[in-house]
Amino acid sequence: MTAPVLQVKNLTTRFKTDGGEVTAVDNISFDVAAGETLAIVGESGSGKSVTAMSILRLIPTPPGTIEGGAILFEGKDLLKLNDVEMRAIRGDRIAMIFQDSMSSLNPSLTIGQQVAEPINLHRNIPWAEAYKKAADMLTMVQIPDAEKRLSTYPHQFSGGMRQRVMIAMALACEPKLIIADEPTTALDVTVQAQILDLLQELTQQTKTCVILITHDMGVVARHADSVAVMYGGRIVEKGPTREIFNNPRHPYTKGLLASIPRIDGDSSQPLQAIDGMPPDLSALPVGCSFAPRCKYATEQCQTSRPKLLPVGEQHFKACFND
Amino acid sequence: MTNLSEIQPIGAEAEAKDEILRVENLNIHFPVMEGVVFKKQIATVKAVDGISFSLKRGETLGVVGESGCGKSTTGLALVHMLPISSGRILFEGQDVTTYDRAQVKKFRRRVQMVYQDPYGSLNPRMRVRDIIGEPLEVHGLDKDKEAYRTRIEELLKMVGLLPDMADRYAHEFSGGQRQRIGIARALALEPSLIVCDEPVSALDVSIQAQVINIFMELQKRLGLTYVFIAHDLAVVRHISDRIAVMYLGRIVEIASRDDLFKKPLHPYTQALMAAVPIADVDAERNNKHTVIRGEIPSPLKIPAGCRFHRRCPVAMEKCKTIDPGFTDQGSGHIVACHLHPLSPDSEVTLRANS
Repeated sequence: MTAPVLQVKNLTTRFKTDGGEVTAVDNISFDVAAGETLAIVGESGSGKSVTAMSILRLIPTPPGTIEGGAILFEGKDLLKLNDVEMRAIRGDRIAMIFQDSMSSLNPSLTIGQQVAEPINLHRNIPWAEAYKKAADMLTMVQIPDAEKRLSTYPHQFSGGMRQRVMIAMALACEPKLIIADEPTTALDVTVQAQILDLLQELTQQTKTCVILITHDMGVVARHADSVAVMYGGRIVEKGPTREIFNNPRHPYTKGLLASIPRIDGDSSQPLQAIDGMPPDLSALPVGCSFAPRCKYATEQCQTSRPKLLPVGEQHFKACFND
Repeated sequence: MTNLSEIQPIGAEAEAKDEILRVENLNIHFPVMEGVVFKKQIATVKAVDGISFSLKRGETLGVVGESGCGKSTTGLALVHMLPISSGRILFEGQDVTTYDRAQVKKFRRRVQMVYQDPYGSLNPRMRVRDIIGEPLEVHGLDKDKEAYRTRIEELLKMVGLLPDMADRYAHEFSGGQRQRIGIARALALEPSLIVCDEPVSALDVSIQAQVINIFMELQKRLGLTYVFIAHDLAVVRHISDRIAVMYLGRIVEIASRDDLFKKPLHPYTQALMAAVPIADVDAERNNKHTVIRGEIPSPLKIPAGCRFHRRCPVAMEKCKTIDPGFTDQGSGHIVACHLHPLSPDSEVTLRANS
């Protein structure tokens, strides 16, 4: 087996707020293998986006700090790099696709300038040539009339088209890893399907790794090779996608899968809701963060925190119960 | 002008008694103006362009469609919050579009709304008690202070909140709890029809299920009728008895839940269903999802002919020029598509628009 492209080890990210210190990401570890698509799923506040921002070192400091741990990427610990070195990696070796394409594209620059910028900057290619490459990129993400579109502005594009531009920008420097944070949440389903299929097709061609951050278990089932389920800042279960869906082991994963209405399911029964609500990150329980909502919680779950331990091949869960 | 309601099968009259709502050829058009001093209308946004449907007491009609299809505009019109351009909305047999202020106020005791955004739809300066009690106050039902207080506690319990939460403010609650407060407020006047506009789409998955269950439980207990507007097909399927699929201001297909999911007839409905990712690996990996290309066109420039023809994988020559009429494919499964011409037992040719 080849070495993983990205190794996150014991990452902890905290924020200082008026209400006290908040642990958004609490001692998590995971690997992304070459060519793999890893989905990080979880509800709002589970720490999935903070994980992504931590990998890219985009956590605003203060109030946030990355405390300890290591993020190994291509043999380097990203946490030890200085700002200049980090900037050389961002957009070149690791690219990002954000949820909101309207606010992550610059409204006063043309599409061409924005897609060509990373090519010019990281590859030292003159602008004229970078523009040509940008047009190729836009064609690759199936934007018709790419050459003409270079001189248009983001507001002239629809939401789906802007997300295509984001993918073109992300792929422009042939990165090793793309982090896509809820890339299609703002889009309609028919457009979402087009964008995700396109992203999958292109990253498979280029053997790019993807960290796909989403709350939609359907998207995970469709596109991910493996899954990490986050809850209250921790990874509670991870494993190959098929394993997670067909044989979920953590009560939260089970609950989550059971609570989703399905277009092909039995709708005569009430949905199996998980009682209670997601935890308050400034006052996480001492033990398992899911314990207050868990049907199977025992004394031990209240007092000590379960470790992420193997329950099968490549399959891990953080739970005391079997 | 004919409309959808006229092609109901025989026996419709007997059913008319439990009909609570009937919408006939509803049009909602917004003018687009240009100029600062001398304004002139340069275009029209046809947000809702000739839709008709009816609703039985105790039934849930799901309305699905992508953004810009007119589903929320329809919802607002149903609760009399938007002026309509033409058409009729009959609530319990009376045309509400001609109502004056006093009549509208009375009408609001029967028809209420639950909004999408649990943050924006509750006043941050009011206590929960006052938020839920405001409709009662507006309608002068707060005179008996004791009954008023009990009613608020009862409403809170109904949606699964504790009576002692009444003195808190909205910001002290989570999204799911706030949506419950919104539901309690809608229930305060004991309405018979509730229009829900994307009531669970802002909520996390595990909370979504809680709120959907509350909706269904309340319907069983109180005999409520819902118009449930959402973009999530799975949620709509779970809660609805009948479903209307909207595209660019029109209903393109309407059928009972099971008919629609077993036998979707309109290519758009089929595409929509194929595009929804299912939380099941085995079902997903054998599926082809991208059935249609492109995005919903602007309602400023509605394509001629069938408005779906530019994205339709099976579009024919006549789809480009002729707007398909509605046809009943049996047991109230109504579709507007040239692939499904009139069935022999139906006699009326229909055009939704004049």
